[in-house]
Amino acid sequence: MSDVTPGAPVDTAPPEAHPDAVLEPPVSGDSYLSPGPGGEPEGLVAETSEGPQELTRRSETEPDQLRREVGAVLRLPEGVAIDPSDIDIEQSDDDTMIINMGPQHPSTHGVLRLMLELDGETVLRTKPVIGYLHTGMEKTAEELTYVQGSTNVTRMDYLAPLHNELVLSLAVEALLGLEMPPRSDWIRMLLVELNRVSSHLMWMATNGMDLGSTSMMIYGFREREMVLAFFEKTTGLRMNHNFIRPGGTAADLPDGWEDDVTVICDTVMERTGEYDELLTGQPLFRQRSEAVGTLSAEEALALSLTGPVLRSTGVPWDLRRSMPYLRYDEVDFDVIVGTFGDNFDRYSIRLNEIRESVRIIRQIVEKMPAGDYRVQDKKVTPPPRARIDESMEALIHHFKVFTEGFKVPEGEVYVAVESPRGELGCYLVADGGPKPYRMHIRGPSFVNLQGLPLMMRGGLLADAVAVVSTIDPVMGEVDR
Amino acid sequence: MTVGGGTGVADGPRAVSESGGGASRAPGRPQQEVVFPTRDQYVAVVGEYQQGGFEMCADLCGVDYLSHPGRRLPEGVRPERFEVVVNLLSLSQASRVRVRVQVPADDAVLPTLFDCYPGVEAMEREAYDLFGIVFTGHPDMTRILLPEDWEGHPLRKDYGVGRVPVQFKGAPGPR
Repeated sequence: MSDVTPGAPVDTAPPEAHPDAVLEPPVSGDSYLSPGPGGEPEGLVAETSEGPQELTRRSETEPDQLRREVGAVLRLPEGVAIDPSDIDIEQSDDDTMIINMGPQHPSTHGVLRLMLELDGETVLRTKPVIGYLHTGMEKTAEELTYVQGSTNVTRMDYLAPLHNELVLSLAVEALLGLEMPPRSDWIRMLLVELNRVSSHLMWMATNGMDLGSTSMMIYGFREREMVLAFFEKTTGLRMNHNFIRPGGTAADLPDGWEDDVTVICDTVMERTGEYDELLTGQPLFRQRSEAVGTLSAEEALALSLTGPVLRSTGVPWDLRRSMPYLRYDEVDFDVIVGTFGDNFDRYSIRLNEIRESVRIIRQIVEKMPAGDYRVQDKKVTPPPRARIDESMEALIHHFKVFTEGFKVPEGEVYVAVESPRGELGCYLVADGGPKPYRMHIRGPSFVNLQGLPLMMRGGLLADAVAVVSTIDPVMGEVDR
Repeated sequence: MTVGGGTGVADGPRAVSESGGGASRAPGRPQQEVVFPTRDQYVAVVGEYQQGGFEMCADLCGVDYLSHPGRRLPEGVRPERFEVVVNLLSLSQASRVRVRVQVPADDAVLPTLFDCYPGVEAMEREAYDLFGIVFTGHPDMTRILLPEDWEGHPLRKDYGVGRVPVQFKGAPGPR
C-alpha cells in the first residue's frame, strides 16, 4: 500500500486519484472486503491493510508502542538505561516517510513485510508485519495423530525440517517415557547436524546474494544440494522428510552412508575455505557487515533472542552444550561466539558452525553403534514389513498404528532443541488420547524477528536487507 | 530469596516437578519445575524468578482446556478454561521453570509480562490472536498472525476446524 506522508516529495496526490486504486465495485455481499472504518472506498488499500498491525505515524502512536518500534527494549530498572535523548520520539512526522517493504520482496526471505520509517536514507522505526504464511499448523496438529504429527511440523521450518521432527518426537517420547535405543539417537544426530550444515549453507547463499555476491549464492546452493541428495537417498525426500518419528526413525541408514557422509564432510570443509576467500577477507563485504545491526547481550536476552543472533553478542548459549539432548554430551565441539553482535559476527558464527557440525558428523561416523533404529515397543512401533506377510496379528497391529495411532498418557512437556536458528521448543499437552490436545511450537525465527527494530535503528535502508538476512527468518516457521 | 530450589515462591503458588515419565534419558537433563500462581500473583512470581537468575522468557503460549477439564492440577489450584504457560530460562543455572496461570473464560485478561521481559511482545500478541486472551499493559495488543478483521480465535476448542470457507475465493480478478 502507499502510505503518503505529508512531506513526501513524490506521490502527494490522494490515493483515490491514483488510477490503480479505481476498481470495479465488489462482486456481491459475500465479498471478503469490508469497508474501512473511515468509510474509505474499497479497493487496493482495503485489500492490503492490516489496520493497527501496521506502523502508524508518530502522531497516532502511543508512546509505549513508539518506544518499542524504535527498538528501546531495556526498560528494566537494573538494565542499562538508554539515554532518553537518544530515542527521538519527539521527531515530527513532517521530516519522515513511512515506506512499506514486502511481503513480496526478494530480500525478505519469503513473505516478511516490513514497515520502515525513514528520515532520508536512515531507518528510524521498524515494524515487521507477519502472518502472510499462517496456515494454522498448531490447529492442524490437534487433528492429527502423534504418528501423523511429524508430517505437519516438518513443514514449519522448511530449511531445517529434521529439527522440527526431532523436537516433536522428543516431546512425544518424553511423555511416553520411552528409552531410546542408542543407534536411533546417533542417526538422529547425524541427520540434524547434516541439516544444520544445509541450512547454514542456504543462509550463506542468501546472505551473499543480499550483499551482492551472486557467486556465493550459486556456491551455497551447490553444496546444499549435496546434503539434500544424501537426504533423498536416506529419507526419500529432499525436504519435508517425515523421517524422524516418535519412537525412532522411519528406516535405517542406507548402505554405504559412511562414504557419502565423508565425501560431504570433505567437500564442505574444503569449500568453507573458499567462502573465506570470497567473503571473509573481502574488504567490501567486511565494510558492509561490520558494525551493522549491532546488538548487546543484555538486549538480546531481554528480547528472548536465541541461536546465532544471541551468540553473536558473546553469550555462549547453545542447547547442545548447555542442556544436552540426544548424545551431544558424547561428542566434542566448540560453541562459536561473537563479540560485537553485528552482522559480521553472525556471519562468522554460521560459517564456523558449519565446520563444527562437520566435526560432529565425523565423530558420529566413527561412533555410530549397531542396533535398532527404532524403539522395540509394540505400542509405538509397527511390526516390520516382512512379518506382515506371515502374521495376521502383525497386519492388524500395523494397520492400527497407522489408523488409530497410539495413545499418549496425560501430561505436559516442554522440550527444546538447538535448531540452526535458535531454540526450537515444543510444548505438548496430552489428554490420554491418540492426538495431541495442544501442540505449541516455539519458533526461533518468530521470536528473533523482535530484534529487528533494535538492530535496524539508525542504520541505512540498504543495510536493512542485510540485517533481515542475518536474523535468518524462515517465514514458514514464523507464521506456522 | 532463592528460586529454582523448589522451595516455593512467595506465598501461595507451589512448585511441583515434572512428572512426564522417564523424560530425562539424556544424562544431565534437568527436571523442569512447574509453578501455579494465581492471576494476582502472576507478575510478582515471574518477577521474582527474573531476579533469581531467569534471564530469558523462552516461550509463552495459551492452552484452551474446554474439552479436557479434568486435567491433573496440584491441590488448591482451581482449573479454569484457559491457561497461559510461560517458560522461563536461566542461562546461568541451565534450568527452566514453567509458570502456568489459570485464566477464566468469562474474564480472559492477564497482566502483561512486557515490563519484565520485552521479548514476550510477539508471544503475547500470538496468544491474544489465537486464544483471545487480552494482556493488559501490552504496548501493541493487536493480532499478529491473522488479519485484523478476522472473527474469532482459531485455537479455541470451540472454533471448529474447516469452519472458515476458503479465503479469497470471491476476490476480484486481476485488474
